[in-house]
Amino acid sequence: MGAIVVMRSLVGAHYGTGQWLRQRITAVIMAIYTVLAIATFAIARPADHAAWKALFASGWVRVVTLLFLLSVCYHAWVGMRDILMDYAKPTGLRLALYVLVIVALSGYAIWAVQIMWRG
Amino acid sequence: MPDAAVKKKRRPLWLNVSLFNLPIPGIVSILHRISGAVLFLALPWLLFLFDGSLASEARYEAVRRQLAHPFAQLVVLGLVWAYAHHWTAGLRHLLLDLHIGIDLPSARASARLTLAISIALTLFFGWALLW
Repeated sequence: MGAIVVMRSLVGAHYGTGQWLRQRITAVIMAIYTVLAIATFAIARPADHAAWKALFASGWVRVVTLLFLLSVCYHAWVGMRDILMDYAKPTGLRLALYVLVIVALSGYAIWAVQIMWRG
Repeated sequence: MPDAAVKKKRRPLWLNVSLFNLPIPGIVSILHRISGAVLFLALPWLLFLFDGSLASEARYEAVRRQLAHPFAQLVVLGLVWAYAHHWTAGLRHLLLDLHIGIDLPSARASARLTLAISIALTLFFGWALLW
């Protein structure tokens, strides 16, 4: 029997790579949604409340818009985390601000669901 | 190092690290951060407006009235710039991730282009939304 070699990564658990990838995926979703939304408004600008409401009553518009809004919330978390990591140096302050951002963005995500699926 | 002696005479060295002494890609990068933070801070207001616009005829009209206020229009114009810049600089980032345009001259050129495109988009969509 040879010696037992324990391979241990010294650079964390690669949380950063996952965040990096999710930041990009949400970015692509938002970038495409933006172009589609602008194209939709350019073709037929909803003139009043009825037209505006009818636009967001369609099933796939709801799904795609909610996907966009949830992407915004997740993407904002990754970005705000990066910013706080660089500028909020004291650990206690940084953790407190993380909690604040997470609570706010979770609330916005639930709010977005409520907006898109209100009776 | 032949000019080490020359450099020594210039001490102490004062480094000006203000925003406007950053190279162009650095300016685009810090503006990407600032625009992202601004959009994050504006998120509750934007959700509030979107919520109201869909909730009822009366609240839709209230949103329209709120957005007709000159101060609100100024804020909207600022947010249009923030979104336009974040979108354009983000697209540049994705291209850099794919190793497109990573040499210094291309990176500088695309940074300049990013600033120009985001200002052009701001003027166009600002005009389309507000007037």
